[in-house]
Amino acid sequence: MLTILFDGIAYGMLLFVLACGLAITLGLMNFVNLAHGAFAMAGGYATVVMVNWLGIPFIFSLPLAFFVTAALGLVLERTLYRHLYGRTHLDQVLFSIGLVFMAIASMDYLMGSSQQFYKLPEALKGQFDVFGVGIGRYRLLIVVICGLLALGLQIVLAKSLFGARLRAAVDDPRVARGLGIPVNSVFAITFAVGSGLAGLGGALATEITGLDPTFPLKFMLYFLIVVTVGGTSSLTGPLLAALLLGITDVTGKYLAPQFGAFFIYAVMILILTLRPQGLFSREK
Amino acid sequence: MRMSSREVSSSEIKTTQPALTPQAFLLAKTKWRWPEVAFWLVAFSLIWLMPNRHLLLNEIAILGLFALSIDLILGFAGIISLGHAAFFGLGAYAAGLMAKHGIGEPVVGLLVAGGIAGIAGFFSSFLILRGSDLTRLMITLGVALIFHEIANRMAWLTGGADGLLGIIIPPILGQFEFDFRGATAYTYSLVVLFLLFLLARRIIHSPFGLSLKALKDNRLRAGTIGIASARRIVAIYTLAAAYAGIAGGLLTQTTAFVSLEVLDFARSADALLVLVIGGSGYLYGGPIGAIFFKIMKDGLSALTPAYWLFWMGFALVVLVLVGRDRITGFADRLFAPVVALFGRKAR
Repeated sequence: MLTILFDGIAYGMLLFVLACGLAITLGLMNFVNLAHGAFAMAGGYATVVMVNWLGIPFIFSLPLAFFVTAALGLVLERTLYRHLYGRTHLDQVLFSIGLVFMAIASMDYLMGSSQQFYKLPEALKGQFDVFGVGIGRYRLLIVVICGLLALGLQIVLAKSLFGARLRAAVDDPRVARGLGIPVNSVFAITFAVGSGLAGLGGALATEITGLDPTFPLKFMLYFLIVVTVGGTSSLTGPLLAALLLGITDVTGKYLAPQFGAFFIYAVMILILTLRPQGLFSREK
Repeated sequence: MRMSSREVSSSEIKTTQPALTPQAFLLAKTKWRWPEVAFWLVAFSLIWLMPNRHLLLNEIAILGLFALSIDLILGFAGIISLGHAAFFGLGAYAAGLMAKHGIGEPVVGLLVAGGIAGIAGFFSSFLILRGSDLTRLMITLGVALIFHEIANRMAWLTGGADGLLGIIIPPILGQFEFDFRGATAYTYSLVVLFLLFLLARRIIHSPFGLSLKALKDNRLRAGTIGIASARRIVAIYTLAAAYAGIAGGLLTQTTAFVSLEVLDFARSADALLVLVIGGSGYLYGGPIGAIFFKIMKDGLSALTPAYWLFWMGFALVVLVLVGRDRITGFADRLFAPVVALFGRKAR
């Protein structure tokens, strides 16, 4: 039972890594980016290529996956996304769905439609017992990475100069520009980091969720749940929402597999109907 | 000096001249223009002119109806939905199950399909009254996913992933038998589309339709002049759901098959793309967009069958980047006389 709980926590942490980039772009920059999962998929495939084809050790391929996707995010932001910041949500939705479809078809073309795997190093396989609770090594790694990430992001956003500039740029781009804040580059960097985090999440997720070209669509709603249910006022909300979602999902799959994801959708609709601003957010 | 003042006064007269009474204004908008008549004449004449293409035409009519139902909520009430396939699929399964269990009469089946989808739309409309675009988008998507999940799990009823087999559709009203070439199917779908289009046109040009547009533009302001926004959104959402259900029912009856595909996310996205191509907010966007969409899909699938999805995404990205307004604006200028005759207000 506790093992299930731990698996749930690890899964929730994984969802947080995948979605925290979205929490920044959607939550702070107010851009409805449904293509966030496409960046996660790119990170996953990048890892598969690096580990299986180029023989780069798994541990080193994780930061590389981050940088590859961040670069991809930066290029797309500069060429495409930045034209859409001021547009309506409908435009953003249509645009990012289009990107998702293109990403799915391209990956299908490049890598085939089958599930992809990579070889984990021996040190990360198996599990060990702590007071009778089986803990998977790989899942422990995820929990540690995610914990560090959450802490680091929170510090950067709340305490650093960059975080302050970002918040200023989001609140009022014009005034921020007037104060000498390079709004465009702040947005570009933020977007790139957000995409990179998605890529890192995708790299970590391949082992647990599997990776195939439909990944962005399958998990689109999960990312959105984390952000909208968590609320967007801080990163604590999405973290709690991700943990809640992960634990519920894993427990549900163990205890009542016949319901599938039904329960999660229902809870999401209920929460969003009662609290449209999210569970952990102040009323705007 | 005198000249200019006379000009001013004459232009004033010009601007005040078309000020009609509200009734006259509404009546003027409801008048049929010749391109509209031509559109439907061509659509009906295709029954005889393109007998080899009836199956494709049938698909276009159904997709057009489905897109029209989204246009009702998106173009006239400003509600973004990513899960309209829920109602399409519900209607499709309702029609399929009825036909499988003995009550196969197509018209009755359609009415029931629309009714059931409408009831579902009525209840789910209360979920989308509050919140932002984003929450609405997620709730509609969530509802569609729940429907998909239910249909998948209740395999004893729906056939699950294998689809619902053994649907036999008797002749329409006991008179018109469905044929393999799709002549009856196309005629049937087109007639249904036309009738529902007439109804939508009537509703949109009614005071109710005008109040919807007010809501879309500014909900707060609409509220202050006494428009009960919640009730109107419930009403139009219910209606749109019923339309989608009927479209789903048509698909089942004309193909004698239902599978989980009817509830797919891609179906909702397809219809949105249709509306982006055809333009929303003037009712013809659905049918016209469906024509372009199906022709494009047919052509591109023939070129690269597996990667049709890529081109669809590409079309979406380009259309949005270039700007939907700019495209319709360009079309407005290019076809200004035609568009004006279609009854679309020049921006």
